[in-house]
Amino acid sequence: MASNNNPAKKKSRWAAGITPYAEMGYYDADYEPKDTDILCAFRLVPQPGVEPIEASAAVAGESSTATWTVVWTDRLTPYEHYQAKCYRVDPVPGTDQYIAYIAYDIDLFEEGSIANLTSSIIGNVFGFKALKSLRLEDMRIPPHYVKTFQGPPHGIVMEREYLNKFGRPLLGATVKPKLGLSARNYGRVVYEALRGGLDFTKDDENINSQPFMRWRDRYLFCMEAVNRAMAATGEILGHYLNVTAATMEEMYERADFAKELGSVIVMIDLTIGYTAIQSMSKWARRNGVILHLHRAGHGTYTRQKTHGVNFRVIAKWMRLAGVDHIHAGTAVGKLEGDPNAIRGYYNTLRANTLEADPSQGLYFAQDWASMPAVMPVASGGIHAGQMHQLLHLLGEDVVLQFGGGTIGHPDGIAQGATANRVATEVMIQARNEGRDFLNQGPEILAKAARWSPELRTALEIWKDVSFNYESTDVPDAVGTLTV
Amino acid sequence: MRITQGTFSYLPDFTDEEIKREVRYCLDNGWAFSIEYTDDPHPRNAYWEMWGLPMFDANDLDLAMHEIDECRKAFPDDYIKVNGYDRTKGRQTTMLSFIVHRPKEEPGFYLERTEGQDRRIQYTIRSKAKLAG
Repeated sequence: MASNNNPAKKKSRWAAGITPYAEMGYYDADYEPKDTDILCAFRLVPQPGVEPIEASAAVAGESSTATWTVVWTDRLTPYEHYQAKCYRVDPVPGTDQYIAYIAYDIDLFEEGSIANLTSSIIGNVFGFKALKSLRLEDMRIPPHYVKTFQGPPHGIVMEREYLNKFGRPLLGATVKPKLGLSARNYGRVVYEALRGGLDFTKDDENINSQPFMRWRDRYLFCMEAVNRAMAATGEILGHYLNVTAATMEEMYERADFAKELGSVIVMIDLTIGYTAIQSMSKWARRNGVILHLHRAGHGTYTRQKTHGVNFRVIAKWMRLAGVDHIHAGTAVGKLEGDPNAIRGYYNTLRANTLEADPSQGLYFAQDWASMPAVMPVASGGIHAGQMHQLLHLLGEDVVLQFGGGTIGHPDGIAQGATANRVATEVMIQARNEGRDFLNQGPEILAKAARWSPELRTALEIWKDVSFNYESTDVPDAVGTLTV
Repeated sequence: MRITQGTFSYLPDFTDEEIKREVRYCLDNGWAFSIEYTDDPHPRNAYWEMWGLPMFDANDLDLAMHEIDECRKAFPDDYIKVNGYDRTKGRQTTMLSFIVHRPKEEPGFYLERTEGQDRRIQYTIRSKAKLAG
């Protein structure tokens, strides 16, 4: 904080000039959080010479009522009520980090607005000079505030009833190459993958409306493909038509067209912003179309352990904002993700109530007050040979997306899709029969490969593929508090 | 064609022993077991005919298997599926659903296109069995 010229001499709370945040009421070790408070856990590294409690109080101050100097106009308000209060600061052993717990009164936030919630909590403090780094690790959203949000337009249960698909992970694939295919060729990939056994195919995050393929042409060919595959299989199938665009007007136009063509699902990217996501969520509920969210861009602020926003917080915001699907990691694929942290994300998206669990990086208990669950999507470098691990780590309420793992099959896209579907069903069968499918997984797959040539080829070609790199972010299980 | 609705349609048709193990899984989870049949497996046919009420209290595996047999005898040319239903709060839905019997010949579906303006096409999927019948 700005330095007080004479810190030894404690001055009046209201004397003009600089007063440490901790002495202005932004730190209160005796504060007991109310059931209605929004709670945050921040990981912070103070600059040399800055006391951790003062640094934590500064975060509370700057994310609620404070500015850098004392202002007399505070006295026109019941400021004690509006001040955020840091009530606990724990060192993280073996590091220069601290976990600061801060409580915010529910009155600080507008009902049902992720933009307002985030402008408050992460609006100003992350560039604060007195901190070397700052990361929002977790939030406890009280049911009182949860209930002001719409939440997922459909949720896992409704999606399954709508699609008539129960008891197994859903399967998808992102069309590849992600850029350059004409609309007609693109639709071919969709048709082959869906008739071969996938439930969904998907636009990639950066497929919007480029010179090589305009959105309207893509939608028309994709829906021909989806309907052909439905007639060939008797299943309800879908292609996530990405409606991401430069303006809300264009997104609504694209989404309306997708709906008119009978698409069961549309897709948006996280890059469109929280407000646009909430608008599309309302649209999806109003029009009965499932809403898929690609978390494009999140790695820029979720990946580093000491600065940014943990993905579990993004997951909570997106459940509130209201999406039906969200990419949440694979643990075994090509993208960042520690298995325990990912378990925490999946539980955050799917469970109705969660206990605090340090091993999963969950700092707080969370009660979703019956808000429907979001279907997590596992995508990026996964293949049929990992099915036992995927089922073990991710459970059955998940969309497993095999892009390369479908389209890269040497015998054809439909064969790649069949390999993935056979692997899924045979693993579910083994699980339901009470077998130790995690350890017997390779044998279970090998046995099915004897009658499934599609699976046999897939297992041969990808047998040695794994992505074993150290995660940059693992839960440190310290300073966890049950509220 | 082979309709691939249900949890296990990409596997070879289950033997009675395999069906029994899945039914046991349902009963062990406390799920209500039910049997449904239809001659119209349209992808959007949500309401197949019920073979009696769901067995909410029965955890009698043999009885469940007996009922599947009876349904097969009564409707040998229909599709028959079995379901496990979980009434737990927040779930309140089907947890497992798979086909245990198919007609010898599966007629499949016919895709009808109605061409509109601006290259728009309205798609309708019709069950061939229903057209014939």
